[in-house]
Amino acid sequence: MSAPAPNPLLDVDALTCRRGDRRLFSGLSFGVQAESLLHVRGRNGSGKTTLLRTLCGLLRPDEGEIRWRGENIRALAEDYNRNLLYFGHLNGIKADLTGLENLRVAATLDQDPLHDDDMLDALERIGLAGFEDLPTRMLSQGQKKRVALARLILSKAPLWILDEPFTALDTDAVDLLQTLIAEHVAGGGAVVLTTHQEVALTRGEIQRLTLGAADSDVGAPVDVF
Amino acid sequence: MLKVFTCILTRDLTLALRRRTDVLTTLFFFVIVVSLFPLGVGSEREMLRELGPGVVWVAALLASMLALERLFAADFDDGTLEQMLLTGQPLSLLVLAKVIAHWLLTGLPLVIVAPLVAMQYHLDPAAVWIMMASLLVGTPILSLLGAIGAALTLGLRGGGILLSLLILPLYIPVLVYGSGAVSVSMIEIADTVPYFYLLGAFLLMALLFAPLASAAALRISTE
Repeated sequence: MSAPAPNPLLDVDALTCRRGDRRLFSGLSFGVQAESLLHVRGRNGSGKTTLLRTLCGLLRPDEGEIRWRGENIRALAEDYNRNLLYFGHLNGIKADLTGLENLRVAATLDQDPLHDDDMLDALERIGLAGFEDLPTRMLSQGQKKRVALARLILSKAPLWILDEPFTALDTDAVDLLQTLIAEHVAGGGAVVLTTHQEVALTRGEIQRLTLGAADSDVGAPVDVF
Repeated sequence: MLKVFTCILTRDLTLALRRRTDVLTTLFFFVIVVSLFPLGVGSEREMLRELGPGVVWVAALLASMLALERLFAADFDDGTLEQMLLTGQPLSLLVLAKVIAHWLLTGLPLVIVAPLVAMQYHLDPAAVWIMMASLLVGTPILSLLGAIGAALTLGLRGGGILLSLLILPLYIPVLVYGSGAVSVSMIEIADTVPYFYLLGAFLLMALLFAPLASAAALRISTE
């Protein structure tokens, strides 16, 4: 993709979410273009994870609508999921399977016709060469996270939704993840992420959204700290 | 689609082979419960013959109940369930693969050891065959129905008890016709046919609707 599309890939319209009796945010509207990154910020408990899970379709919003290329994600259901890669607080890997097996399952579920060599390359790039045949429960917390992040290298999904992807990673892995995100955005993808860290892009634009401070102040790069 | 189905099936079987205790507990539970009855009620041949079918079936019910809680819980805890909800595949297909893997691990072993435990109840060979056949048709129904309950109670505290309260009443028809078939076979073997028709009908219904219902329940309980 050369120029950003006139219509946003992901279009959020007047979104309201409650958890229990507490209203986390209301009337939240924003768009995520191709070749852009949306950095969601906010205090602990301000609803970042809820927003991300709602964007994935895991949570149903109380009000409002989320559209993918103009169509409601509820109506698209599985067709939307094919365009999406979600990385949550849980790594989503099986402790009793090896790194390679985990990636194989993930690739089959995403229907990416991948060869084992691609996966071994991905594991090597993420810094797990030599660990691919160990059950992931033998790996450290950071290494487990790396196995899960290897999916980012393999995925062809245009939209990445990443919830605190930088936690538990060492500096090398943080750098690598920064590179991956920058590459994805430069390649025409879109990223929505929460992190307390600064992200840099080589190309494309960064939008900032701060939850909790006011109801919504999209686009304005206001630092609440 | 078939590739995804076999992928989940082999994944669950591999996981179970790497962690055999889960499978073995169910099997041993079944064997022990069935073996306790002759010790408790005495060894009168006629009484045991009468009790046998019911006891074996109730034990199978409880054993499959015991294993159900883990059906989705492990995937829920490590986030793989979340990933399954977000794949571009029909969730009911993935659920069906998981249920079939679950049955192969917890239902099929019961069918296989049934003749061994039935020996304690002095059942004749014909009745033992019928018992195996009725378990073969009946235990998949238990796994399928149980999946709905397991999906509904996912992530709840004390979900195990609630699961039994929800699901055991639904198991009643299977219990009635399953053990009924075995009892009837001791009188006239040809009379078991309607029982199998009914069990077969239940199985087909469960195969059609249980994966859809479980998938819907999973979406609700992961919200």
